[in-house]
Amino acid sequence: MTDDDLDQTDRNRRHFLAVATTVTGLVGAGFVAFPFLASLKPSARAQALGAPVEVPIGAMEAGEMLRVLWRGKLVFVLKRSEEMLARLPNNIDNLRDPNSEIIEQQPEYAANSTRSVKPEFLIVEGSCTHLGCAPIEDFEVRPAEDWNGGFFCPCHGSKFDMAGRVFQGVPAPTNLRVPPHRFVRDDLVLIGQDSGAA
Amino acid sequence: MGKNMKVVFALTLVFFCAAFSVSAFAASDVELEEANIEPANIESLQRGARNFMNYCSGCHSARYVRFKTIGKYLELSEEQLIDNLMFNAEKTFETMDVSMRVGDAKRWFGTVPPDLSLMARSKGADYIFTFLKSFYLDADSPTGVDNSVLPGTSMPHVLWELQGFQRAILSEHTETSEGGEEITTVHFDGFEPVTAGSMAVVTTGSMAGGDYDFDDFVRDTTNFLVYIAEPIRSDRRKLGTWVIGYLLIFLLLTWMLKKQIWKDVK
Amino acid sequence: MARIEAEVGTPKGGFMKWIDDRFPFTKTMKYHATEYYASKNFNIWYVFGVLSMVMLVNQLLTGVFLTMNYKPSAELAFASVEYIMRDVEWGWLIRYMHSTGASFFFIVVYLHMFRAMLYGSYKKPRELIWIIGMMIFFALMAEAFAGYLLPWGQMSYWGAQVIISLFGAIPAIGDSLVEFIRGDYSISDITLNRFFALHVITLPLALIGLVFVHIVALHEVGSNNPDGVEIKESKDAAGVPLDGVAFHPYHTSKDLVAIVIFLMIFSAVIFFAPEMGGYFLEYANFEPANLLATPEHIAPVWYFTPFYAILRAVPDKLWGSILIAASVALPIFLPWLDKSRVKSIRYRGWMYKSALGLFVVSFVSLGWLGVQPAEGAYVIAARIFSVVYFAFFLLMPYYTAIDKTKPVPERVVYHG
Repeated sequence: MTDDDLDQTDRNRRHFLAVATTVTGLVGAGFVAFPFLASLKPSARAQALGAPVEVPIGAMEAGEMLRVLWRGKLVFVLKRSEEMLARLPNNIDNLRDPNSEIIEQQPEYAANSTRSVKPEFLIVEGSCTHLGCAPIEDFEVRPAEDWNGGFFCPCHGSKFDMAGRVFQGVPAPTNLRVPPHRFVRDDLVLIGQDSGAA
Repeated sequence: MGKNMKVVFALTLVFFCAAFSVSAFAASDVELEEANIEPANIESLQRGARNFMNYCSGCHSARYVRFKTIGKYLELSEEQLIDNLMFNAEKTFETMDVSMRVGDAKRWFGTVPPDLSLMARSKGADYIFTFLKSFYLDADSPTGVDNSVLPGTSMPHVLWELQGFQRAILSEHTETSEGGEEITTVHFDGFEPVTAGSMAVVTTGSMAGGDYDFDDFVRDTTNFLVYIAEPIRSDRRKLGTWVIGYLLIFLLLTWMLKKQIWKDVK
Repeated sequence: MARIEAEVGTPKGGFMKWIDDRFPFTKTMKYHATEYYASKNFNIWYVFGVLSMVMLVNQLLTGVFLTMNYKPSAELAFASVEYIMRDVEWGWLIRYMHSTGASFFFIVVYLHMFRAMLYGSYKKPRELIWIIGMMIFFALMAEAFAGYLLPWGQMSYWGAQVIISLFGAIPAIGDSLVEFIRGDYSISDITLNRFFALHVITLPLALIGLVFVHIVALHEVGSNNPDGVEIKESKDAAGVPLDGVAFHPYHTSKDLVAIVIFLMIFSAVIFFAPEMGGYFLEYANFEPANLLATPEHIAPVWYFTPFYAILRAVPDKLWGSILIAASVALPIFLPWLDKSRVKSIRYRGWMYKSALGLFVVSFVSLGWLGVQPAEGAYVIAARIFSVVYFAFFLLMPYYTAIDKTKPVPERVVYHG
C-alpha cells in the first residue's frame, strides 16, 4: 500500500490533526518558556536592593557635593551656590544640548534651565555619557580658560557644566542623566522615585 | 499483560503501598496531636501572623520571608502591615530578621534560636502544634520547664500567660524481664494543669470547644508557620489544575493523530 | 511495505539543497527518522527511552536556570535555594521541576533498563548498547549524588558524609582517597564547590555524549521488540523490514502520546505533591547542614536505597563496600550471563520468569528496606533479599541454559 491508496479524507484528516497538534503544542511550549524567561527579571531581592535611597540634605552647605549609590550607580547630590546658578547661562553657546531637548536624559521636571526641581540642588548620575567613567568635580572658576565650573571626565576629556550639560567638541554625546527623584521634605530627597509613597 | 507480568505488577504495587504508608518524617517517636490547620483561612493566618510577631519574633527570625509577601497574601493594606506586624523593620520589602545577636543568644540559651522560615517543612504542622502545647514544669531546668516533644529544649514557655502551667503525669511500671531482672520504666501519661492561663482550653461546660481558646491560638500560629514555609503553595495548586487541563486537551489531539497515522498498520 | 512516507523527499533545489550540499541534513533525517524502521509491535515498555531523553532535557534546561541564581558556597547555598523558591520569579517552579525531575529520571531509567531484561535487548548484537547504557546509569548516579549535596541541607551533608566515607573501606589507599575526593579533611565548602563543577559541567557533558553514542549504537543494529524477533531478517522487495514502520511519523506520533501522559503525571507531582511524602524532597533537607548534629535517620534518596540496603545488610565495612559496588556493576555482564538462545520473556520458560519476578520483588523490597532503620527483622529481610538479588545474576548462566523455551515466531505478533 502506498500513499496513493490512502483515502483523500484520511489524508486531510491526518493533515488537520497534525496541524492542530503542532499549534497546540507550540502554544504549550510558549507557556512553558514563559516562566523560564520571566525568572530572568529582577528578583524580589534585586527590587529590594534597588529601592529608592533617602538622602538628608538639610545640613549641606553651598558648593558641597554628596556621592550616593542608587541601584549600584553613583549619583551626585550638589548644592549649588547663588554664584554657581548665576553663571549657568554663560555656557549656553558652547553646549550641545543647552535646553535639555534629548528627553531620555532627564525627567520632564528637570528639563529646565537649572536641570533640577529645586534650583540649588543638582542631582545627576555620576556616569559620563561617553563610556561611563565617573566625572571629577571641577568647580573652580577660571576665566582665562573660559571655564565657569563644572565636571571633567578623566577618561577621554569630556566636560560638563554646573548643570551637568555636556559641552560641544567632547566625546560625550549627551548631558549627564538626572535620575527620578523627589523632595520628601525640604531636608530630605528620595532618589529613585518621583511619585507615590516612599 | 501476561500472567507472570500481572503477578509481578501486583506484588510491586503492594510493596509501594507499604513503603508509602510509612511516613518519611524524621520525627521523634513522640505521639503528635493533629494540628488540623486550614491553609485557606485568611483570618486564621492573620491571627497567626500577629501571634508570631508578638511571641516568637523576639528570638526567632524568619529570614527568608519578606513582610511584603505576607501582607499581600494575608490581604493587609500597607498601613496595616506596617502598623501591626513590623516592629523593627521599616520597609515592607525587608525580611523578617531578628534583633537578638548571635553572641547574646548563645550566652542566654546555650544555642541560637533556630530560624523558623522552614520549620513547618522540616518538622511538620503536627510537631509544631504539639510542641507549643507540651511545655511542663521541671524544677531541674534553667527555664523551669521542659518539653515532651523536644526534651532538653532551652526554649522557655513563652506562652505561659495564655496556657498556664502544667505538670507531666509520670507513672512507674516494673516488669520482670526474661532473664529474671526487674526493670522499672517510667511512662509519660499526659499532662495535668497546675495553673490556668488566660486562654485555657475548655473541654467541658458551657464554653467547651467554643470561643477562642489556647488550642485555637496554637493552631493559628501553626497555620502561619506552615504558610511561611511555602508561601507559593496555594498558587502552585491552582496553576497545576490549569496545566493538567491543558495537557488533557493536548492528549486528545495527540491520541487522535496517532490513531490516524497508525490506521493502516496491520 | 511502506505506508505513509513522510514528506521528506530529497530536495532538488532551493534552500534545502544549499544546506544538503554542505551538511548531511536530509541524509540524517532519513537514516535516523524517516527511513529508520522499528518494529510495529512496540508496547508501553518501549516508551521509557524517549521519556529518559525528555527527562535529560528537563534537567539540563531547569538546571541552567537554577545555576543562574544558585550560590555554590557553604555559607550561601542553602539561602540561595530559598532565594530561588521565594524571590526569583517562577523560581519555585524551576526548582520543583528539577527536584521532581531527578526522581522521575530514575523511575524512567529503571523501567527502561527493565525493558531490556524483559525482552533480551542486551543480547547480541546489542551488547554495546547495553554497556553504554550502564555507563549512562553510573554517570547518572554520580550526577544525582553530586547534585544532592548542593542544597547543603542536613541530609545533603550527612548523606554525602556516609557515602564518601565508604571509599575509606578500601585497604591502604582508603583514607587518602576519601580526603582526595573531599578536597578537605571533612566535607566542606571546598567539596561543595567541586561537586558543583562536576554536577553542572563534567557529568552533564558526559551524559550528553554517552546518550548520543548510545543512540548511534542502537541505530546501527536497529531496535529490538517485545517478541525478540529480528525484523531485519524479513524484508520486502524494497529492502524495508516487513514488520517495521518508519520511526517518523509512526513512532514519533505514538511516543508523543506517551510523552503527554507522562507530562500529566509529572505535572501532578510538581504542582500537587512535590515533596512526595518526603521521598522526593526529604524533610531533613529543609534544615541547613549542621556539622554538629546528625539527623536521626540518614538514608540516601529513594533511588539509591536498594543498593544502600545491600550495603547495610553486610556486617563488615569492606565487604559492604565491595558488595554495593558489585550490586551496581553486576548488570553490565547480563549479555554474557544470559545463556538463553531466546531473547523475549514471551518465549522463555518458567525458570527465567520466576527468577525475574523474584528479582523485581527483591529490588523493590531492598529499596523499601533502605529507608527503614537497620534493626531486627529489617536486617534479616535485607540479607535474604540481597542474596536473591545476587543469585539472580550469578545463577543465571545455569538456569537460562536449562530453561525450557518456546519456539520463537519468525514474524512479530501484532494485534493492531
